[in-house]
Parts: sequence; C-alpha cells; structure tokens
Amino acid sequence: MALPKRDELLKDVNYDRMPSKHWMDTKPEFRPGTYCYAAEPSVVEDLGLPNPRKWQPHDEDWKLPPNWKEIVLNAIKDRMERFRSFKLFMDICVRCGACADKCHFFLGTGDPKNMPVLRAELMRSVVKGEFTRSGKIFGRLAGARPLTYDVIKEWFYYYYQCTECRRCSVFCPYGIDTAEITILAREILHEIGVNIDWILKPVRFSAFVGNHIGLQPHTIQENIEFLLDDIEEITGIRPEVPINKKGAEILFVTPSADFFADPGIYTFMGYVLLFHYLGLDWTLSTYASEGGNFGLFTSHEMMRKLHAKIYHEAERLKVKWILGGECGHMWRVVHQYEDTALGPAPKNLEVPKSPITGTVFEHAKSTKIVHICEFTADLIAHGKLNLDPSRNDHLIVTFHDSCNTSRGMGIFEEPRFILRHVCNNFYEMPENTIREKTFCCGSGSGLNTDEYMEMRMRGGFPRANAVEYVHEKYGVNRMACICAIDRAVLPTLMKYWVPEVSISGVHELVGNALVIPGEKKRTTDLRFEPLKGVEEEA
Amino acid sequence: MNVVAALVAVIGMVIVVWFGVGVLKLYTLFGVLVPYAALLTFLIGLIYRMVNWAKSPVPFKITTTCGQQKSLPWIKHSRLESPANNFEVVLRMALEVLAFRSLFRNLRADLRGRKLYYGSSKWLWLGAILFHWSFFIILVRHLRLFTYPVPGPIKVLDAVDSFFHIGLPHLYMTDVAILAGLTFLILRRLVDAKVNYISHASDYFPLFLILGLISSGMLMRYFLRVDLVSVKEFVMGLATFHPKAPKGIGVIFFVHLFFISALVAYFPFSKLVHMVGVFFSPTRNLPNDNRRVRHINPWWEGVPPKFLTYCEWQEKFKEQLEQAGQPIDEDCYKEKKS
Amino acid sequence: MYNSDKVIPGIIIFVLFVTFPIWWNHGKSVAAPEPELPKKGRCVESKEYMRSHHMQLLNVWRNEAIRQGMRIYTSSDGARFWISLQNECMKCHNNKSKFCDRCHQFAAVEPYCWNCHIPPETKKFKAPKASRLLKLFGVPPVLHGSSQAESYGHAEH
Repeated sequence: MALPKRDELLKDVNYDRMPSKHWMDTKPEFRPGTYCYAAEPSVVEDLGLPNPRKWQPHDEDWKLPPNWKEIVLNAIKDRMERFRSFKLFMDICVRCGACADKCHFFLGTGDPKNMPVLRAELMRSVVKGEFTRSGKIFGRLAGARPLTYDVIKEWFYYYYQCTECRRCSVFCPYGIDTAEITILAREILHEIGVNIDWILKPVRFSAFVGNHIGLQPHTIQENIEFLLDDIEEITGIRPEVPINKKGAEILFVTPSADFFADPGIYTFMGYVLLFHYLGLDWTLSTYASEGGNFGLFTSHEMMRKLHAKIYHEAERLKVKWILGGECGHMWRVVHQYEDTALGPAPKNLEVPKSPITGTVFEHAKSTKIVHICEFTADLIAHGKLNLDPSRNDHLIVTFHDSCNTSRGMGIFEEPRFILRHVCNNFYEMPENTIREKTFCCGSGSGLNTDEYMEMRMRGGFPRANAVEYVHEKYGVNRMACICAIDRAVLPTLMKYWVPEVSISGVHELVGNALVIPGEKKRTTDLRFEPLKGVEEEA
Repeated sequence: MNVVAALVAVIGMVIVVWFGVGVLKLYTLFGVLVPYAALLTFLIGLIYRMVNWAKSPVPFKITTTCGQQKSLPWIKHSRLESPANNFEVVLRMALEVLAFRSLFRNLRADLRGRKLYYGSSKWLWLGAILFHWSFFIILVRHLRLFTYPVPGPIKVLDAVDSFFHIGLPHLYMTDVAILAGLTFLILRRLVDAKVNYISHASDYFPLFLILGLISSGMLMRYFLRVDLVSVKEFVMGLATFHPKAPKGIGVIFFVHLFFISALVAYFPFSKLVHMVGVFFSPTRNLPNDNRRVRHINPWWEGVPPKFLTYCEWQEKFKEQLEQAGQPIDEDCYKEKKS
Repeated sequence: MYNSDKVIPGIIIFVLFVTFPIWWNHGKSVAAPEPELPKKGRCVESKEYMRSHHMQLLNVWRNEAIRQGMRIYTSSDGARFWISLQNECMKCHNNKSKFCDRCHQFAAVEPYCWNCHIPPETKKFKAPKASRLLKLFGVPPVLHGSSQAESYGHAEH
C-alpha cells in the first residue's frame, strides 16, 4: 500500500474517539507500512538466538516453539527477578492517563494501544492474569487476562511501535518508563524467536564485522578518503585521520553512519576539521567502528556484547580517554549502561582532560568517555576556536533534542551553546516539544526501515509539526541534531512533512564555521552548497 | 460495566454491614475482628510488597533526566530535574511525592487538521493534589481519636482545618476539598474518552470505596451524629489492644469502619501500592551521575561479556587490513605463543 | 544494587508511621471519662440524644436566643425550657471542669462556649429575675420541666 498524502495521513486520527470494543477484544491488523519484517533465519542462527525460521508477521502461523507459553512465562518471571523496574512498573500504575497523549505514536495514529499506559497494560494484564491470584479470580475486572497466541502478536505489533523515547516517563507521576517495559518485552519476545530483521541484521554485522552495515576496515578507510577529498576541495586542507593508532591520547568512537551516509558524513567532516584545527592526538578504530548499538533494541546481553569492543579497543590502543561522537542511543548506552555493563574502565584510561584547555571532565571520571559536544563547548567557552558564524548564514537553524541524550543523559545546554556560537540564526522550537519534552523522530530504537514508512511518518508527525511551526514563523531551513538515527531518518520525515528543512549534525555547522589557519577562502559549506553572499557575487 | 461492578461492590459492603451489625448484632466481628485483620493485612501485605520489590536488584541506573546534566562547571545543571548526588535526589523525590512534580508538567495535545497544539493541563494535578493531601490531613486529624493525650500538632491541625467555623460541628476544609478532588477524579474517568477506555473496574472500585468512606464519615459528623466519646473509647480500646465491642454507636459508624478496613486490606493487592511504590521508582530515585559513579549490577558482576575480541577480528580481516595499510597488532601473536 | 540501606529504614519509618497510635499510647488503655452528672432532675432531651447532639442543640439555642430573641425551647416530649446556657444548662450541670471538660479533653474537642460564657464554678450567680416583659405576659420565671423545678410535673400549679 502506498503511503497516503500528508494531508490525508491523519484524517482518521481523533484522540477523543475510542473503539467501542474493549481493548482486550481488539486485534492488531498487520497492514503494510505498520510493521517491520521478521529476521531472516540465517541472521538469527548466526547470532545464536532461539527459533530461527522463515516467517512473517502477516502470516497466520508464526511457527512459535511448541512450548512458547512456558518460555514466555519463565522469561517474564526471570525479568521480574532481575529488574526491579519491571516488577515495580507492573504493580504501581494507577492508569491516571497523564501519559496518554504524550506518545508520538499515539499522536500520529490515535490508536489507544499506543497510549503508553495501554502499551504497558498489554504486558501488565498478562502478569496479573498469569501470576496473581486476584487476577485469575477477577479477570478483566482487575485488568487481567491469560497469555494467548494473539497476545504475542499484539505485543510484537505494539512493542515495535514504541521507540523507547521515554517521553511518557517524564510525565508519569511514578516515573514509569515504557522504554524499560518495551526493552524487556522485546527481550522476552526474542526468546521465542519473534524479532525484526532491521534490528538483527545490524546486530549481526556489529557482532561479526564491527559496525551496523558491515563496513570492513578497508572500506571505512576508503570512505574516509573520499570525505577527505571533499574537505580538501572545500578548504584546501587535507587533514589526517589516524586509524588504529596505538598510543594515541584519544580514541574517537562515532556511529558508523557518519562514515558513509548523508548527512552524517558532513558531521564527520566537521569532527575531522575540528581535530585537525586542534592538532589533537586522536585515533579512529576500524574494529570499534560503531558507536551505535542495536543490541540495546534486542536485549541487555546483546547490548553488552556489542559495546564491549570499545573499552577492549581503548585498552589495546593504550589511549588515555575516549571521545564519543554525536549519537542518541549510543549515548544512552555510554551514559547509563556502559560503566555498569563493562566497567570499571581499563586501567590505562585516565580521567578525561582536554589537552587544549586543561579542563578535567570530572563528570566522566569513572566511565572516561566524553561527549563531543561537551568537549567542543568547553573549547568555545575557553575561546580556543576561531569561528566565523556568518559561514552558516545561509542556514536558519533549529535544534532537535534527541530522546536518548535528553531523557537518558540530560545534555541540553552544550549543543545549544555550540550552535549559538557557530551560527547567527538559531531558533528554538516550541517549549513543549524540546528538551526533556522533545519528540522522537518516530524511527528510533531500530524502526528506521522502509517497510515501516507509514508508521514512521505518523510517529514523526509531532516532531515535524514543531519544525513546521518554526519553519513558517522564522523560515527555519535546517534542523541540527546530535543523533545518527535522526540524521538518517529526519530527512525522510522532513521530505514528507516539511520539505524545505534539511538535517545536519551540530559538528557539521562547527566545521562550516571553523576558520582554519592555511585554509583557502571558502565559497561553499561542507555540502558544496554556496555560502551566503558568495552566490550573489557569482 | 466496569463502573457498575465497582459500584455494586461498594453498595454491597453497606448492605453487609447493615445486615451484620444492624440485624445480626455482630458487634465484635465488625468492630474488632475486621479492623484488626485489615490492619494486619495492610502492614504485612505492604511490607511483603516492599521486600519483594527490594529482592529484585536495580541493575542499571536508568534515571529519567528531565533537566541539564552536571557536566562542565560553567553550565548550570538542573538540581531538581537531573540530580547529581543523593541530596539532590532527595529533593527531587520530595518534590515528586509531596508536590506531584511530574503531574504538574502535564500537557494536553489537540489535533486540528494536521496541526498539533499543546496546552498546559493542570486539572489532573489539581484534582490529585486536593485528593491526596486532603486524605493525608484527614488521616492525621483522625489521630485525635487514636491518642490520649492528643499531641498538640494534631489539635492545631484540627483547629486550622476547621478555621472558618462553618456550621457545628465545624466544617473541615479538607472534607470539602477531598469531595471536590474525588468527584473530579471519578468524573474524569467517566467523561474523558481516553481515561475511560483504559479504566478497569479495579480503577473505579477504590474511588467509590473512598467516596463511601468519606461520605459515611461526613454523614456521621455533620448529620447522623454518633456519640464521639463512645467512639473514641472504642477506638482507644483498639489502639491499646484492649478492644471492647462497641455498643450504642450507630450503624453508620460501622459502615465507616468497614470501608476503611476494606480500603486498607485492599491496599497491598492493588494499584494503591503506588503509595509506597513511588519511592522505589528507579527513574526518579537515582542520581544522574552515571559517568562519575559506577553502578553495580549484581548479576553481571564477575561475568565477563562474550564478544569478538580484537585479535579474533584481526585474524578475520587480516588481508583487508594489510591491503589498506592499517597496522597489524603483533601483540595478538605474542600472547598466543606465551 | 539492592539498596537495602535505604529500603530497610524506609520500611521501619513506614511501620512506625502506621503504628503511631499504638506506640504513642504504649498500649496503656485509657478509661472512658466519667462526667459528673447532676444527682436529680431531667435534661432537656434524652441522655443519648444529648451525648451525640448537644453541640448542635446549643448552636441552635445560641442562634435562636441571640439572633432571634427566641428564649423558649420545647423539647421532643413537649416540655418547655429556657434557652440559656448559663441560666438553664449550667444550673444542673453546674461544674464545667467536672462535667464538660472531662469528655471534651478526652475527645480533644475545644468548644468556644467559654469565649463568652463564664464557667459557673468560677463565679456565683444569682437567680434569674423575671423581666417586666415576662411579667406583663404572665410568663413565670421558672418554666415547667426546668431543672429548677422541684420535681417533674409539679413545678407550676
């Protein structure tokens, strides 16, 4: 089914009209565009995950293992014993509904099961119905139901209609975090072989090659060479990109999309120019070549497995500390999981200290990983960068807070501080759509696949709506962000909802504005688009 | 359907009490045994719930950060929304528990055509604050019936609550407030399509139960008077473990007593555990200091991760590495030999 | 992380909070107060009614006497009484501290009668004088059924 036109997509959405049937009696409809395809058996097999087989969500028979019910119930029990969050969140929701219209998927579909409360209730009802006596006695009156085949299908449909963005958790009076429930629900579904290809393929590549799309060491290098060619053409300078260099001071890890995918490559050019300007002693690793971690969308164990190579590589290369590029879920993992999962950090790592300003990043003294925006903001604050913000005058910029860095880290001021110094036209989107209340791009948590396009456009609608507002009000034509998935999916979202707005990383704009000694007069930005003023002269 | 079931359950309770006390004269059962059993259920039940939660570890520090992290010294971090240490966590939790901070953020989204609009929507917060604070004050106020001598602060609370001297006995402000709050919460569940759709009978039941509880209390205070001294004598008997079956107190008192017994006994088995559960919430009660202080996960500690090590990877891509001129780590082979 | 260092104190605080009445009274039973009752006479209404409703009756009395000048109360059995705290109630219940206060202290109720009125045991009161108006209409200073009547039924004629 083709994607509806943008004016028609939401015509049936009404937040105050609920189905006449009880939600336990409605079933999801596996309509093209609203679900992701199942993982290929070879991928599942390679990863050693259970039940590899050929199947698709729209099939009647999902070929679950015969004892699927037992597996699921045991998996739930196991998660309850290991995660206080899960146990607690199953118990304390009062269904006040504060979260109901906070979810971008609910706002884009009007489907009641996309209200975070009901999404959690899909699991909670089973926990009550299968594990509590009161649930068995009172059944639906207590919000309980038994685990059935249809419930599994429903879980699959709706737990892959949640991007783990945590916006609901901000508004919940008890801090119930649907992301946590979704993460565990997906983990549980994996145990009976219910999974999606778009997540498991990158996971396999990450596990066996090193990064999401399986770029091999030489390919990464070639890609980087191309980017360096471009940089040379634009600035007249050819910076050096050290690869797998032992004894470097800093290991730089960024999502692999920055090596090859538009517009992430421009962000990468920004990093490289900055490091060149500073004369930084850094290195890239073609082994730990992925900051992103689709393992987080698979299971905690997979997340740990994929992330382990970063410390491992830092130890091997004997670097002093690690600098992380712009990425959303990478930073959720780095900030909230890394130290617990893989720490303490290797002994050769030291508390990060900026070699330029001497600032000691005390807040990262245990993990020893600094966000590039923290690093750059510190440089700007100390006046170490020669910036010409007028080189970004052809852009009217707004900033999109990515879910993970906002609600799972709290980095709000650093990127804004940078943006205010590297461009002259910066406008915030409306207050209720930024910072901790920011909206997801609609394609996070491994849902950025093409077969899922309708749902992506629906889920991204609240974000796009806010962009449209600043586009109309201030003429915004560029949205900066610090997330690789954002950079991958927001261009598509913008093309659909607000075609005039393009997407970039914050460091692309830094790269544009940075005045480097010995460079030639720039006439274009890093995208070969003419700078303001230059066009008129020509 | 859900509403009716909950309502029937609550009305059923009134009938049970009326029959049990009014007709069968089971004073000891309804006056002594039921309240003691209910209190025990409440205490043991909630302690069990808390211990049960605590038996599961908090494997990760998954704070929901609602404000600027503490990073560079010249960036002001949000102490309440992104606490950097335990003291700030206490502040955040206090604000959450006492002032319903998160609920105060509430917004309402409206879709007109293909434009979304957001408005501040504090009604739920107001209703919840009225309800919970009134309930708490009423509960504390009731201690004048449970204590002798009555502690001064409780007397002061009583005097403040009845400050306006409306009617006699004086009307308590909290009585009005809790009725307003509760009515709002019930109406909201009935009228708001979204909330109505997610509501179970078990969501209506406590609301109706509490409505019954406060109605019977207010009836008893303002209209169908009972002898307060007998009530206190009886309640003191319960509190000091010298229970005496009350006689000569109206059935309305037994209805009130039964409602509160039912409520506390229902507590540990229902969503009402949110009262203690909120303190356990890992997204709120942990500091956002993840990169500064390492959090330990008991079930991963000492369990090394399994992954493709560099040397294994190098073996796999040796040819490509060599072709591209990327360094080969000789240490991989040294270790093998030794 | 199980953080039992926070959970256990939390549970203790919870238990202490819930069991406040038990440890505050430390299990010491308190005898019900025994207000000193008048040796003879009847009250305006039944004992049971007075125990639970006296404050409402007094409130009505106050409003009728002060705001409407209505000074005669007809009880549910038809007996008539003066509406007056000082000159009627306190004639029999002539000791505030031994009658009123015993229960009020027990129940922690602080009536505001004594903002204006004076407890009888603190001052000697003279017998009420019949006003001219009452004389004019021939209303006796002592009413039927009043506490001042020697015995029920033959106070007057």
